[in-house]
Amino acid sequence: MKNKIITVDEATGLIHANMTLMIGGFMAVGTPEILMDGIVEKRIKDLTVIANDSGVPGKGIGKLVTAKLLKRLVASHIGLNPETGAQMNAGELDVELVPQGSLAEKIRSGGMGLGGVLTPTGIGTDIENGKEKLTIQGKEYLLELPLRADVALIRGSIADKAGNVYYNATTRNFNPMMAMAADIVIVGAEKIVEVGELDPNYVMTPAAMVDYIVGGEV
Amino acid sequence: MASVKESIAKRAAKELKDGDVVNLGIGLPTLLGNYLEEGVEITLQAENGILGMGSLCEPGEEDKDIINAGNQYVTIKKGACYFDSATSFGIIRGGHVDVTVLGALEVDQTGTLASHIIPGKMVPGMGGAMDLVVGAKKVIVVSTHTAKGAPKILKKVRLPITAVGKVDMIITELAVMEVTPQGLVLKEISENTTVEEVQSQTEAQLIISEDLIVGF
Repeated sequence: MKNKIITVDEATGLIHANMTLMIGGFMAVGTPEILMDGIVEKRIKDLTVIANDSGVPGKGIGKLVTAKLLKRLVASHIGLNPETGAQMNAGELDVELVPQGSLAEKIRSGGMGLGGVLTPTGIGTDIENGKEKLTIQGKEYLLELPLRADVALIRGSIADKAGNVYYNATTRNFNPMMAMAADIVIVGAEKIVEVGELDPNYVMTPAAMVDYIVGGEV
Repeated sequence: MASVKESIAKRAAKELKDGDVVNLGIGLPTLLGNYLEEGVEITLQAENGILGMGSLCEPGEEDKDIINAGNQYVTIKKGACYFDSATSFGIIRGGHVDVTVLGALEVDQTGTLASHIIPGKMVPGMGGAMDLVVGAKKVIVVSTHTAKGAPKILKKVRLPITAVGKVDMIITELAVMEVTPQGLVLKEISENTTVEEVQSQTEAQLIISEDLIVGF
């Protein structure tokens, strides 16, 4: 069996300046903090981050924002991190706001081999600017295009050594979709168990999606 | 006397029926849970991935893995479940949420809502609001009737739009209004006001219901 377990240093060695990252989590719940810390320590800059939000100061993606490592953010909400708004207003950070459900579907379609999704969300609002509109069975929809990333940083509550992942409670959020939508998928795991110890019924991200596992999440 | 927020929440809670799946926005809408009518049990959805959400946690009871969409630690009820964000918004967009209750910056007589941005001042992002207003079967706006005297219930929304023509009902401390194809119908007024006062604080032209109810 291929060894997928690596150190934080090895994991952040796969991430370079100017890359696009997908980072799981909702207000930092379900965000792999050890990988955030690792990126900050190496000061990997000019990152494009696709995530639900920018965390809160000192937590989750908020750590990357505070360290000014982002050049672009695609998210649904930045209201709980004032630093993101400040950098945006200062022209230091380019922020694209996407409705949360559309963001989930853009990522899902990126990972599932689809050419995008048709959603009624955003019709008649600024969100439709520059997007194709289609009428299906008499109803108007916006075409939302797929998103993909160079690296997805996922947080698993339990991962087995093969890379099967279980997410506890509300840590799941964007993690399963992101685990399918990136060229390299790294899981920060709270607990790593032997193959066979994780009940197949509870696997939420199949091992085949996961390239690397880093332990030590708390 | 109950505070303005409490009286709005109390009146709005009457719109929730036994068995409804409900998404409550952050702030005032959350208070509705305190005023459910006798025998009414609802299932609360949190768009970060819960059906069957309970209440806010008491200090010391928090589970680091369980928050609501407002980043508050919450409990869950027996029979609750968790899901990912795509499923969560499938539940919302797919019409599986009976009622969503949310606040407004502006709302107009055609049911168009502005709730997520004041250009140059407040740019937090729409989060799940656009999907919720588009997808829920019934959309109730709860709000103070004016913003410190400035009308919020308008002929036409002026701020950037959150969703077009999706609001069904507006409940304020003064009145209950329903959006109909004919326009905005005043259904009910508070016992502390008059039809004239409500209209004077509303930019939209109100159609007075023939069955106008006074008192709540």
